[in-house]
Amino acid sequence: MWHILKQIVKNGLRTEPAPQGNDDWRVERAEPERIRAELLAILGRALTIRLVDAGSCNGCELELNALTNPYYNIEGLGIKFVASPRHADMLMVTGPVSRHMVVALQRTWQAMPAPKLVVAVGDCGCTGGLFGESYASCGKVANVIPVDVAIPGCPPPPLDLLRGILTAIRSRK
Amino acid sequence: MPLVALDCRFETLPGPLPMQRATVTREQWRAAPAAVAEVGGRLVSLWGSDRRGLDGGFAVSAAYALAEGLAWLSLPIADAAQPSYPDIARAFPAAGRMQRACRDLLGLVAEDAVDQRPWLRHGAWPEDYFPLRREHGGLESFAATPESYPFVRVEGDGVHEIAVGPVHAGIIEPGHFRFAVVGERVLRLEQHLGYTHKGIEKLFESTAPLDGHRLAGRVSGDSTVAYAWAYCMALESIAACRISPRASWLRALLLERERVANHLGDLGALGNDAALGFGLAQFSRLKEDWLRLNRELFGHRFMMDRVVPGGVDVDLDAAGGEGIRRQCDAIEAEVRTLKEIYEGHGGLQDRFLTTGRVSPQLAGQLGLCGMAGRASGEASDLRMDFPWVPYDELQATMASHRNGDVAARVTVRFEEIFESLRLIREIVARLPQGTPLVALNPLPANGIGAGWIEGWRGDVLVTMELEAGAIRRCHCHDPSWQNWPLLEHAVMDNIVPDFPLINKSFNLSYSGQDL
Repeated sequence: MWHILKQIVKNGLRTEPAPQGNDDWRVERAEPERIRAELLAILGRALTIRLVDAGSCNGCELELNALTNPYYNIEGLGIKFVASPRHADMLMVTGPVSRHMVVALQRTWQAMPAPKLVVAVGDCGCTGGLFGESYASCGKVANVIPVDVAIPGCPPPPLDLLRGILTAIRSRK
Repeated sequence: MPLVALDCRFETLPGPLPMQRATVTREQWRAAPAAVAEVGGRLVSLWGSDRRGLDGGFAVSAAYALAEGLAWLSLPIADAAQPSYPDIARAFPAAGRMQRACRDLLGLVAEDAVDQRPWLRHGAWPEDYFPLRREHGGLESFAATPESYPFVRVEGDGVHEIAVGPVHAGIIEPGHFRFAVVGERVLRLEQHLGYTHKGIEKLFESTAPLDGHRLAGRVSGDSTVAYAWAYCMALESIAACRISPRASWLRALLLERERVANHLGDLGALGNDAALGFGLAQFSRLKEDWLRLNRELFGHRFMMDRVVPGGVDVDLDAAGGEGIRRQCDAIEAEVRTLKEIYEGHGGLQDRFLTTGRVSPQLAGQLGLCGMAGRASGEASDLRMDFPWVPYDELQATMASHRNGDVAARVTVRFEEIFESLRLIREIVARLPQGTPLVALNPLPANGIGAGWIEGWRGDVLVTMELEAGAIRRCHCHDPSWQNWPLLEHAVMDNIVPDFPLINKSFNLSYSGQDL
């Protein structure tokens, strides 16, 4: 226990200021308090996100996982990934939508309470990426469910993911 | 010469690792598994190809790893109407799912195979449509006809099923797990994968050979360097191109950085899955530091598209080398502290020890490979078995354990981090001068090549056939093919809540095996 406490104290807080969610991708630093207040004003509560990997190469998942590390500390902003679509305000979808994932993606989307925000993640989610449309792939996420915001990148780095999430929230203002 | 018993004519594929290829008869194909097992070899991959219009009908290939190197056996199948070949899954059970995939994609049937259920095809395309056949462009689309998959039922007093997936409760790839349990105890797990199948192998046919490293680098994003290197090695093998020593050393630098990044991430997640959130916070911080330096020096956090045909399109100057050296020192000190904390934490060790055990005997029988294999006594690592440039000069040490439980896989990961940090420092200190990128020789119109790389999870194989300057067939093999079935065994008799922990200790790729 002593070692754990020592390590925690030695490293201190590493969380960095979060970016704004501007549509023009300007990098501006916003105070976490303001983001929390904004989430509260728009949603009336913390933001909950359900992720569906609809066929990605797992690169986008690496960056989504990175959002929860101490530097980005997404939970500290009042944003949480949840296990059930019934608990989720937002659906994030990675990958081109493989034909085998169409039903699972549609059912997840249907299970969410309205109003539902959908964010397509990565070049594949935005356009189908390298994989495009084929016997096995339906291409971009918007081919299968309605999309509010699409975040480009292969994979999009964590700050871009955070910007995309905040942009989607503001679209509901 | 490997497999003397078979008396077949091997031709050597040019490349930094010893790889040979032979066309075999049905009798030789049938005799090969026993001959390979006899000398302690293992199956690396099995795949099919459509060779109609080239030299006959279809062909099925098997790649075996022997002490002498890789032996790629190709069996021509003349009967194009009802193509079939002798089953090898009885000798090498890992072949089972690969044979089923080969049928789904190409219509080649493994004769008398025990399991004839589809594997990669879930009903998104019809049973008589074989995407890898030449007559299909791959762009066809079909109305889905969902098929129910015949899972093996377990019956008895108090047995019930838990169905999980394809959408999992976290930031994870999709797949379906069917548990048969009594109370908390898992009697049996059956996996159903293929959800992320996106037609990668068909896509290669319409990809220019010089662009294919980008697609290969997205077979499994967490192993992008390993795949890109294996792809480029195959292409360079066909072009008989020797990359510069500096390029090889830089590729190894990227490969070792990829290994460390994945181990750091997984060690944190393993702590978290055993209720030590502290571990996740600490290791994910170290991983983020690691990825940020990747981005700073190589322009991409995961180093995607940095390994290219002819070398690497990044270079390292003295300041960059110094930055890497300093980071290795800092990370090593931190990881040593965390290792002590993990090892001294009773609650954590209680969850790790004896959990999810794969005995060395089972690992050998079923062909467990890579990092997980090394935790179960399977002493195999291409970097030590066939040390190519620069590993021939680095003399890497293999991590190996025999307990085969979560704790053993954790230990192997710790040891591999320390060894990779040492290798990275060596590479930076001894990086040869020269150009990191040479122009590839003009590709011959036709040719066959292979690339074989020890990625962080295990050995990645890419085989390629060129025809008239285009990719006729490119097969990518992920070590997850071998290891997924072992996960089914590892969870038996464990409790359901330990499944995420056991699963994470392997951390297998869905995308890499679904293709």
